[in-house]
Amino acid sequence: MLNISIPKNLAVSDSGFLFLTSTGETFTLNEIGHFIFKQFQQNGTLEDVKKKVVQEYDVDPASLEKDLDDFIGQLKAYNLVETK
Amino acid sequence: MNIAVTGLNATDNPGPGVPVIRSLKEAKEINGKIIGLAYDPLEPGLYVENLTDKCYQIPYPSSGLENLFNRISKINEIEKIDLLIPTLDSELYGFVKLQDKLREIGIKTFLPTLEQLNIRGKDKLFDFCKENDIKVPKNILVTSAQELSKIPNQFSYPVVIKGIFYEAYIANNLDEALSAFNKLSYKWGFPIIVQEYIKGDEFNVVALGDGRGTTVGAVAMRKLYITDKGKGWSGITIDDPNIISVSRKVIKKTKWRSGMELEFIKDSKTNEYYLLEINPRFPAWVYLAPAAGQNLPYALVKLANGEHVQPFDSFEIGKIFVRCAWDLITDIKFLEKITVKGEN
Repeated sequence: MLNISIPKNLAVSDSGFLFLTSTGETFTLNEIGHFIFKQFQQNGTLEDVKKKVVQEYDVDPASLEKDLDDFIGQLKAYNLVETK
Repeated sequence: MNIAVTGLNATDNPGPGVPVIRSLKEAKEINGKIIGLAYDPLEPGLYVENLTDKCYQIPYPSSGLENLFNRISKINEIEKIDLLIPTLDSELYGFVKLQDKLREIGIKTFLPTLEQLNIRGKDKLFDFCKENDIKVPKNILVTSAQELSKIPNQFSYPVVIKGIFYEAYIANNLDEALSAFNKLSYKWGFPIIVQEYIKGDEFNVVALGDGRGTTVGAVAMRKLYITDKGKGWSGITIDDPNIISVSRKVIKKTKWRSGMELEFIKDSKTNEYYLLEINPRFPAWVYLAPAAGQNLPYALVKLANGEHVQPFDSFEIGKIFVRCAWDLITDIKFLEKITVKGEN
């Protein structure tokens, strides 16, 4: 089961503004991205996150699966999440 | 105490004088006058209101150290300077040579030694880093255009062609390397430094050494916006123990005595840091240091006074500087005064 967590060197504001304190890089999340990211902050499993997104947004599970994979891939590429 | 500061050339290639003075003015403990020393009547720092108490024009060190010393002596008779902070690379050798004579007329300095200045020279840094296990881009020193043909034996293009004092060009082939060689050797002389090109982001550290190997403070910054001259026009303090650790090592090994700026590049392929340069003075972005909790220019003043300074152990992460081009309006009388009388 995939667990996603936030690295220690990432500062996350209430508005979804991300600041990597070790490199000075900054990022902005849109509303849905911010919602998903907040679920990651609670150290849930990927399955937990999917359930919450389906509850909150009108999305079919197949599309969510694909979009969430892409999103996590981007976050990992920028060192914004850790997976285990 | 009265403190004189040089480097008021806050242009698009800014000198550190204005931010050093702003830092000193943040320290409420400093009483006395701030005296600005400028080489050119149009140095912008001369025109900033409430920055200096008095300004004087001084001759370039290249016109002779005797001239420079005589002018400073005259200024000292009027202003009673307690401490002089030179802030420009090009004047440092001169002021290091003059520091004993300055002390005799009551002016303190807090400068590196000639040996320390030489260790970090662009032509010597590679050897220093190798000796001390600090990652540094490979380089070769060349004194003739023919030697550029050696480049492919050492490393592949692109390479960085650097002048001995200032300026650098990226060359993608021998033709571009020759063009850069000719420009740089004509302007700055020899040797020319040919350096391995490392692609990545630039990181900088401003630091202060006490002359005994202790780092009094160090603040790390990433440039957020870089001008076409390679100058950071905005930057943010970052939490990166790696480059702070290398900076401490440099200060310990050299027993650095003064402010300094260390320039790093983080290889985008390997994420390893390479030390590109050590500048032997505070950088033009030094005002970010007091903003982040380390007033390094004020700490230098205390060190110059022989006071004990407790080293800083942290700074605020996420502090940003954004430089601003701001037109100052003045009157012809001001320019006349500084040009004709050499003071204002």
